[in-house]
Parts: sequence; C-alpha cells; structure tokens
Amino acid sequence: MILNEQHFDLTLKRLSHQLIETHNDFSDTVLIGLQPRGVQVLSQLKQILETALNKTILCGTLDITFYRDDFRRREKPLIPSVTNIDFSIEQKRVVLIDDVLYTGRTIRSGLDALLAFGRPSSVELLVVIDRRFRRELPIQADYVGKAVDTLTEERVSVEWREIEGKNQVILFTPKEGHE
Amino acid sequence: MNNLSVDNLIGIKDLTREDIELIFSTADSFKQIINRPIKKVPSLRDITIANLFFENSTRTRISFELAQKRLSADIINFSASASSVKKGETLIDTVNNILAMKVDMVVMRHPNPGAAKFLSERVPAKIINAGDGTHEHPTQALLDAYSIREKLGAVDGKKVVIIGDILHSRVALSNIYCLQKLGAEVMVCGPTTLIPKHIDILGVQVEHNLQKALEWCDVANVLRIQLERQDIKYFPSLREYTMLFGINSSILESLEKDIVVMHPGPINRGVEITSDVADGRHAIILDQVENGVAVRMAVTYLLAGKIER
Repeated sequence: MILNEQHFDLTLKRLSHQLIETHNDFSDTVLIGLQPRGVQVLSQLKQILETALNKTILCGTLDITFYRDDFRRREKPLIPSVTNIDFSIEQKRVVLIDDVLYTGRTIRSGLDALLAFGRPSSVELLVVIDRRFRRELPIQADYVGKAVDTLTEERVSVEWREIEGKNQVILFTPKEGHE
Repeated sequence: MNNLSVDNLIGIKDLTREDIELIFSTADSFKQIINRPIKKVPSLRDITIANLFFENSTRTRISFELAQKRLSADIINFSASASSVKKGETLIDTVNNILAMKVDMVVMRHPNPGAAKFLSERVPAKIINAGDGTHEHPTQALLDAYSIREKLGAVDGKKVVIIGDILHSRVALSNIYCLQKLGAEVMVCGPTTLIPKHIDILGVQVEHNLQKALEWCDVANVLRIQLERQDIKYFPSLREYTMLFGINSSILESLEKDIVVMHPGPINRGVEITSDVADGRHAIILDQVENGVAVRMAVTYLLAGKIER
C-alpha cells in the first residue's frame, strides 16, 4: 500500500491547493484529464477546487489512442475513448492530469494530441504518483502527489471510490502479490 | 474483443457481428476527429498504402484517400487507364511490382468478381476490397449501416428495402450481408429482370411493387441504374423504370410515416430518384459520404494494427 484512503484524500487536497497557489482564480486555466484514468483524478480535483473557489472550472478529457508511439508494437489495438474539449485552448494555461507518470510516453502522446487543438500559452503536468527513475523521455511533472521508487516488474495501481470502491494506491510486486 | 477476426477486408460475408460493431465504435472516434480544426492523427505515419483502381471511381477513391491522409499514411495512387495494365501486365505482376517498393496495404477496385480474394491469397500485403465487379463492396455497406445506426439509433430490428438493380450491384450484396448480421430485416425491390432468381436463399423478401415496399420499410436504399454493366436491355425504357421504381416526393408524402432515403451515389437525377427527394429532408446521402471517411479510417486503422513490424 502506497497511499491509503485518508492519505489519498489529503494528497488530492494538497494538489488542489498547489494549483490554486499558481493559478489563483483559474480565469485563464483549463484542466484536461487524460483518458482513461486521468479523468478520475480530474473529476475529484474539480470537485475540491470548485468548492474552494465557488466557481466552475473549464475541464476537458483527452484521448491519446491515435497519438501513441506503440501502435502495432502491441498485441491488440487499443480501444479509443472519448475526447471532450468543447472550448478553445488557445492562449490558455493548460494543466494535463494523469494518475501515474512512468516512462513519460503517455504524456508525450498527450502533448501531441493536445497541440492538435491549438496553441496553449503554457502546459503543466499533474500526476498522483510519480514512478521516479523509470523515465524514457525527458518529461517531469509540475505537481506530484507522491513520488515512489519502483522496480520495472512492479505495477502501481491507483484505485477509485467510483470504480474499485476505495480511493487508494497499491503497489503490486510479482512475487509477493499485495504489499 | 478489440481486434478484427480477419486479416483482409474482402467482403462483409467474412465478418462477424462483433467485427462490424468494433469498426463502428472505432469510426465514432474518427468521426469526432474529422470534425476538429486539425483533422489528422499520426497513427499510421510508418505505413504505405497503394490505391489500385482498375475501374473508375470518384467518391470511393477520394474517400479512401482522405481517410488514409487523415491517419498520416503515405499513399500512392494508381489507375488502370494510365498504367502498364494497358500493355498486358497481369494483376499479380502489377501488384508484386508495387509491393517490391515496400507497400504495406492495398486498396483495390477491380471489374472482376473475386479479384480481391485472389490477390489476398497470393500477396503478403493487407487487402481492402473497394469493389470487385458485381461481388462485394464492403466499405460501402459498412458506411450505409453506420449511417442508419446514426440516424435511427440502431440497425437491429429495422426494416430496410434495397431498390433497383440488385442483379449487377455489389452494394446490394454487401448491404444484405451487413444488415442481416446486424439484425435488420431486408427486402429487395425492382423489376423482375434485375432481381437474381434465387435471391430468397439469402433470407431476403422480394417485392415488385414500390408502394408496398416503401410502406413496409424504415429505410429505403436506392441504387443507381448501372447502364455500363447492362449489355442487354433489362427493361423497356428508362422512362418506364422511373415511372414504376423512381422515388419521388409524391410517393414519399403518400406514406403514413417518414422513411430514410439513402443512395450510394453517383445519382442519376430524375431516373431512380428525383432531385427534390435527393436534396430533401428524407435523404441522408451527404451524411453517408461524410461517414464514409470515418468508416474507412476505422477499417484502415484496425487492419494496419495487424501488420507485423
């Protein structure tokens, strides 16, 4: 177990406060969650932020399936999900949101996909878990929930109240099963 | 289920219902992409596709070309009139020469039924059939069914009548397979001479009265009278055909419900369909064209996923 329910909620609160520190009232800022798992992070952060600021925040979801660099290197083609960005990102400060930052390749695809929608004034990255020392591309997050050091064989699973029943982050190691 | 059960798209006959539904759900994503300001994704940037058209085509070729370009594939176009086919080269030789230049996928239209299957058994590239004679035209049937699904919410349980030259039509055959696999009821309607004798073994109803057919159906797919494929006269005159089987606004107004009118193009205005119907509120002809690009992107994308590196 990396984050239990209590710590998970605290982490999300801290991340939202960090966002408020840099983005003040979010007048120029949009949040974009990467499909599929970044969207969960987005919806929880949106809730916290909207309660704290008492206003609606522009949010979108981005599907990166067709921008991946591992198409045809996988056994099966990936199933695309929905992109929903019904506003202009031109001259906006964009915060990309995902659950786990690992090799950095997903974020690279996300940047490509995002730029097909226009030219934002800046792009930042927020992740719940940063698996350090496993990067294959020079990409770092601006907001990190928790940084962990992991082995390649291990798997980090971020679970959500709405889907798995509990907000928690678990590290799976192949030999022992649950840590 | 996120992979097609086939390696080439020769005909709808080889597809399963799951395949068709996978193509549709992928096409939904592509339809979203082609309505964005930047209509292009980089998925197939390392793939080369040859479009071999041994028979004339405008719509299908442009549609395939756009689909390939929007997936960032490299493409080469070939039409029989400007090639060595005129000098007597065989189909296999032509294709093998093109493949020797490292082409991964071939989209082919050919006047001979079975040409696509013949090729798929002999060359390593992925083949997409863009119409082989009077046999099949799978992507047209897919986009027709996709358009019905979009307009009416589903294909399952709908009643579709295909009107016109069933005998010479590859669109009709592919449509029958596709609609039946998706759970629709199919009827064919036309002059006796243009309906194949034992078509009822495909499980379709046959009707020779246009009024009755239209009263039965939810969707009417009107086919073009293919004058170029008719070496003998199948009906006395175009005028008589129009009187008996032409869709006009007065016959549509006489129905108790609104039906959807489709046409795969090119339209012979004033023959199988009048201008006011083709441009009117029943027709979804231009939606079919738009969906054609999305559906062809989906098919190309899914088949390209099976190319080995």
